[in-house]
Amino acid sequence: MKTVARRKFGALSLAPLLGGWIGCDAPNTEHLERELIVFAASSLREVFTELSHRFTAQHPEVRVAFNFAGTGELKAQLEHSTSGDVFAGADRGHTEALVRAGICQGLVVFARNEPCMIVPLEPRSPLTNFLELPNATRIVVGAPEVPIGRYTDQILERANKVLGHEFQSRVLVKVVSRELNVKQVLAKVSLGEADAGVVYRTDALLAQNRVRILNIPAEFNVFAEYTLATLTKAKNPTLARDWVALIRSRAGQSLFARFGFLPPTETKP
Amino acid sequence: MTRIGLAHRVQTFALGTLAALLLTFLVIPMGCLMLGTSWGEFSAGLRHPLASPALKLSLWTSALALVIVVSLGTPLAWLLALRRGRVSQLVETLVVLPVVIPPAVAGLALLLAFGKRGPFSNWFSPEGGSLALTTSAVVLAEVFVSSAFFLQAALAAFRRIDASLLIVARSLGASPFQIFFRVAIPLAGPGLVGGAILCFARALGEFGATLMFAGNLQGKTQTLPLAIYTAMESDLRAAQALSILLLAVALALFFGVRFSERRSHTSLEGHR
Repeated sequence: MKTVARRKFGALSLAPLLGGWIGCDAPNTEHLERELIVFAASSLREVFTELSHRFTAQHPEVRVAFNFAGTGELKAQLEHSTSGDVFAGADRGHTEALVRAGICQGLVVFARNEPCMIVPLEPRSPLTNFLELPNATRIVVGAPEVPIGRYTDQILERANKVLGHEFQSRVLVKVVSRELNVKQVLAKVSLGEADAGVVYRTDALLAQNRVRILNIPAEFNVFAEYTLATLTKAKNPTLARDWVALIRSRAGQSLFARFGFLPPTETKP
Repeated sequence: MTRIGLAHRVQTFALGTLAALLLTFLVIPMGCLMLGTSWGEFSAGLRHPLASPALKLSLWTSALALVIVVSLGTPLAWLLALRRGRVSQLVETLVVLPVVIPPAVAGLALLLAFGKRGPFSNWFSPEGGSLALTTSAVVLAEVFVSSAFFLQAALAAFRRIDASLLIVARSLGASPFQIFFRVAIPLAGPGLVGGAILCFARALGEFGATLMFAGNLQGKTQTLPLAIYTAMESDLRAAQALSILLLAVALALFFGVRFSERRSHTSLEGHR
């Protein structure tokens, strides 16, 4: 009995910390009848916003409310709250853990994203390809705790094996910050504070007027898998399934392609 | 019991109920944070690789920020306390403005001012330098967000000084420096200490501006609040332990404030 109470207390203890973020994108629901609450990774913000217009065209009585944050943050929020109908994450492992915990169900991979290197447009960067990354003076990448940072570390390890010459450590000594999400990496390169960074292609495409995209060779690159799952305690399970169906439809998939996402494949590259 | 006595009791009870509601709400989260973590989990969290470098960095950068704020802020607060004109009112509003600016906005502002595209870029290095993403940026962010807390306390402390004491000092031929160092600072001392503690606490808790302006690199710019946020991405238990550590330091500071406030009151009594 004591341990149960303690565990409950432990869960409660984080709720106040997390509550602040859950409210961030909270909508008002004055005259609207139904609301679909989507928890989604930050990198899906633009494409999901576009998708919500199509969804409300099909369901005029529904309002789609988003909670955009890092995938790890969203996972913690879902573990400590009762909100949400659908969860779209950028890290398969987190979604699998939520399914095991009985919080989510029906995991599907709906898109993939490819990390790429970015350099500022102004002033023109002397770097022309990924192999020159160690020549940068100030590099900004994701923190190892967040998906983009983990993928970056994997890419550097792979490159190190093929290229040798301490490629990985020569890059890591130039790293001046390990940011907590992709948008922060993008911001620092866009403002010229860093002269190279690694972000998802979809984020880089949205900032093409400020950064130049340099491809990471396929032999080193790894892919982020985006997974969808519905919440077992969804207040609107039917709407949640409709949202998943729209994403997996041909129209939905072509929208994802337009934003630079890659189609899902079951075999890992 | 008289009717008036009853009414007084009812009214006191109503006020007490409202006060108790807020008090309960404020105490519960902090209690849960501490009670929800066992000693073993707490000490494991403190041994987490993120903890020790972040704590050290937080303590010394906050201390440096405090030294900067106190050495520049004390003369500023003194000059503002002496003058009551429109300009000094405007300046007073300006210097406390950072309290209401969201820290992320403050971080962006600092980035635009002291970054590679800022007006001072050429001062740092001929080809365009930047303070962003360095340990200096951590200190600057802390100074920016915490100075107002010291300035407000210092202003209040200086204004409480009996004006006749200053007139006496001047009539005895004391110079502005002598009045500042030998009269004003000793009399306002306890208030200044209280403000300094608040300022240090705010610098220690600074998150948003640091993330934006200084980045997040272990040992260089990853302060305790940033480490808590980073840990939350992978290890909630560690985040909880680090939060308790920050709370413990804050509590110690709070008691410091209370202590210096009490001394401030007794010293004022003493002068009357």
